[in-house]
Amino acid sequence: MATQHSRSAARLMMAPAVVLLLGWMLVPLIMTLMFSFKKYLPLRGGDLGWVGFENYVRFVSSSAFWPSVVATLTIVGGVLLITVVFGVLLAILLNQPMWGQGVVRILVIAPFFVMPTVSALVWKNMFMDPVNGLLAHLWKFFGATPIEWLSQASLPSIVMIVSWQWLPFATLILLTAIQSLDSEQLEAAEMDGAPPLKRFGYITLPHLGRAITVVVLIQTIFLLAVFAEIFVTTGGAFGTRTLTYLIFQRVLESQNVGLGSAGGVYAIILANIVAIFLMRAVGKNLDA
Amino acid sequence: MSFKSALCAATAMTLVTAGGALAENLVIATVNNGDMIRMQGLTQDFTDKTGHTVEWVTLEENVLRQRVTTDIAAKGGSFDIMTIGMYETPIWGANGWLVALDDLSEEYDVDDILPAMAGGLSHDGTLYAAPFYGESSMIMYRTDLMEKAGLEMPTSPTWEFIREAAAAMTDRDNDINGICLRGKAGWGEGGAFITAMSNSFGARWFDEDWNAQFDTQPWKDTLEFYAGMMSESGPAGYATNGFNENLSLFQQGKCGMWIDATVAASFVTNPNDSEVADKVGFALAPNTGLGKNANWLWAWALAIPGGTQKEAAAKQFIEWATSKDYIELVAENEGWANVPPGARTSLYENPNYQAVPFAQMTLDSILSADPQNPTVDPVPYVGVQFAAIPEFAGIATEVSQEFSAVYAGQQSVDEALAKAQALTNDAMEAAGYR
Amino acid sequence: MARAVTQQRKIINTAAAWGIGLLIFFPILWTILTSFKTEAQAIADPPIFLAFDWTLENYAVVMERSNYMRFLWNSVIIAGGSTLLGILVAVPAAWSMAFVPSKRTKDILLWMLSTKMLPAVGVLYPIYLIFIKLGILDTRTGLVIVLMLMNLPIIVWMLYTYFREIPGEILEAARMDGATLKEEILYVLTPMAVPGIASTLLLNFILAWNEAFWTLNLTAVNAAPLTAFIASYSSPEGLFFAKLSAASTMAIAPILILGWFSQKQLVSGLTFGAVK
Repeated sequence: MATQHSRSAARLMMAPAVVLLLGWMLVPLIMTLMFSFKKYLPLRGGDLGWVGFENYVRFVSSSAFWPSVVATLTIVGGVLLITVVFGVLLAILLNQPMWGQGVVRILVIAPFFVMPTVSALVWKNMFMDPVNGLLAHLWKFFGATPIEWLSQASLPSIVMIVSWQWLPFATLILLTAIQSLDSEQLEAAEMDGAPPLKRFGYITLPHLGRAITVVVLIQTIFLLAVFAEIFVTTGGAFGTRTLTYLIFQRVLESQNVGLGSAGGVYAIILANIVAIFLMRAVGKNLDA
Repeated sequence: MSFKSALCAATAMTLVTAGGALAENLVIATVNNGDMIRMQGLTQDFTDKTGHTVEWVTLEENVLRQRVTTDIAAKGGSFDIMTIGMYETPIWGANGWLVALDDLSEEYDVDDILPAMAGGLSHDGTLYAAPFYGESSMIMYRTDLMEKAGLEMPTSPTWEFIREAAAAMTDRDNDINGICLRGKAGWGEGGAFITAMSNSFGARWFDEDWNAQFDTQPWKDTLEFYAGMMSESGPAGYATNGFNENLSLFQQGKCGMWIDATVAASFVTNPNDSEVADKVGFALAPNTGLGKNANWLWAWALAIPGGTQKEAAAKQFIEWATSKDYIELVAENEGWANVPPGARTSLYENPNYQAVPFAQMTLDSILSADPQNPTVDPVPYVGVQFAAIPEFAGIATEVSQEFSAVYAGQQSVDEALAKAQALTNDAMEAAGYR
Repeated sequence: MARAVTQQRKIINTAAAWGIGLLIFFPILWTILTSFKTEAQAIADPPIFLAFDWTLENYAVVMERSNYMRFLWNSVIIAGGSTLLGILVAVPAAWSMAFVPSKRTKDILLWMLSTKMLPAVGVLYPIYLIFIKLGILDTRTGLVIVLMLMNLPIIVWMLYTYFREIPGEILEAARMDGATLKEEILYVLTPMAVPGIASTLLLNFILAWNEAFWTLNLTAVNAAPLTAFIASYSSPEGLFFAKLSAASTMAIAPILILGWFSQKQLVSGLTFGAVK
């Protein structure tokens, strides 16, 4: 089917997207690379000349660096785990016959429509506040001491907020996948006396493999860049400073663009390591 | 456009031009605090007087700061007037980024601006931003709880007294905390408080050669005293409390004392929002007898970024917004307790304003802060709760994050100070001070 | 159906699903409720669930203080414009990847996704300077372009996966009948891909609507969308929960309503090629 003619037409049609994205990637990337080798301080007159690898050394030797990598991976890993596990369970539940399925589905996907800033503000002020928050009232109602969420359980709190936002996305994709599952196969297995857990393990889960891959891949891209949720809730305190947040602090709070750019290069490296790891682990499923 | 309306427009243009002032549209970036919101509501008065119109970009404090800093450093020209603080003004003025406010009109009476404010908003004696309102910090306390504890608040108490009083007022069963203070990370939040407090303990950020001083005894004393007092008498989760959190607590009657911005006085005495409006007393921020009180000095001010095409109109706006007439205008509409405080000497000489219960204590607090000599030992920087150097905001935010981790019980005072010392010296080295 | 589901099981399913659904929805519900309270009631102890004096005052205050319609309109234009433009660019690319695959197709696709991994804040100053040079700071055009580029990888990928589901024989049959490439895409491919395109549109509209870094940092007055509107209510001095809730409700209501009306569409199309 692929004639020479259609091949070149195909290249032509791919060109706009590829060229645009190439530009969108290369221009900032080259500028980031350039700034990372410079002493660039906007509040002290801007470009103060080349400094070699000084920014790279300084960024990585700062006591904040490794904790920020760990915090990033914890948030990404934690959110992925929660959204995939609960997403699968929710998708199975929502696929069962029930009354008002449409309405329930709407309720479940609603958090996905909320701006990250808004959801962070709502969670922080109205739920996690240790005195006036609803969770504190709930704890007191049961006679327990309220948890100081954002200081004593800071990372879990952020994982919780972000999971709340992304659970709908995972559920949606997994639900679509489950709906395409051949119900006769399941019923046959049930007839044969296979217990529910076995049916889940041998039929449902393998069927969901591709969908889970997609969820993991797309979410990872967005989770590596989580920012508003941290900016609004803890401001990077209590061990919640991710690599993205650390770069923000260097560029905007300390106004050290060179140092921040070096951090940006590290972030790209980290993202690519995560990407390669993901591709190895789940890429075969993609079948692109 | 029809011929007739075109003619009308042309005529109108001619008239305005002939009048000497082209009607401009000013874009003003500002912070979303109550006094600024009030100003937005009154802008029509400015338009009526000058013909210029105004568009507001109102942002939350942290977002505003990053937004205007990016714009001015990159010379974006997005704004004709920026609302900035006492921290930014001298730095930006020194960089030549702001239009000097040295030719304000006679009736504006620039000498009426409180000297402490004018000093903090100048560089080399030239004013670069006009204060819209100014503040210091002071003690707000519950007169009824103080009485119940059998104590009397001196006008200028010591930290020892505050700690004892806090312990005496604390009543955990009834959800009353003796003292509420900022512990939230961020240089303008908990960072500002602990720095002002450390001044009263004889600590300082840098010695005269820009070496960090977190390894000195006064800093250790400050942090240990703060953390000790707060665990005895502070509210749960104080490590994440900033201005707003403490304000709600105080207004709900859950704090015996609160040391914070003087502008809070008008909130806690407002019966619409506060359950304790008629039971609030005021005192100067505490000290340790070393000659410095633990109060800060801050102003939100209006400045014009250099390179704007609308300099003349922008100056007109600044003259309007920070004038005596504007104060009168607010007083007429909203009452004297709600006028923007802390900017002008004449306000505190006005008998109408002197009747406001917190007026005198606000003025006394402002007058007792000295940005030129903020600490017991000499320092190379200007600023009470900050050092007016570009690197400070970034460093102090990280330092205050280490301190907040102490308040949350995640590390010891010694660990936090060691980290603060290391990261401050590192950042100062990166900036080329050391 | 081989077997009727027992009534009992249906009741349990319904109860469980509604319970979980309401739990997930609760933070939004609470925000909406709080927006109708006074500031004092919003922080009342114990919290008041429904028995408060319902008031529209917060909405009145917000409407008076901010030009809500302008923020809303900017959000619609920016999110809509970037999504439509993105689809225009992505359809041909996705078509050629799906129907004329080469050895590098997979690599190109993954490379496109990897462009999304550059941390935005690191390039704020460079992009800001470019925007000044081009004179598109604080314009909707500028934001449409940036958000289009940001979401383009996702759009291409989504479309690609739908196109791949379409059997190649149909296209070949069309070609046999003498359809040109243009006709093939316009009359054969596009109608078949409508559900996919629709859910791609929706998903990217949501992503663009909620984007809060560039929309906040590259705008002042003229192009500021609802994310900037929220930033003016987020934490002022004084009590603000009720007003913040009202502003939040206003910021998310349009997209929430859109989402609800189109959720069927979203569900059926949001596969990313995960269904086989």
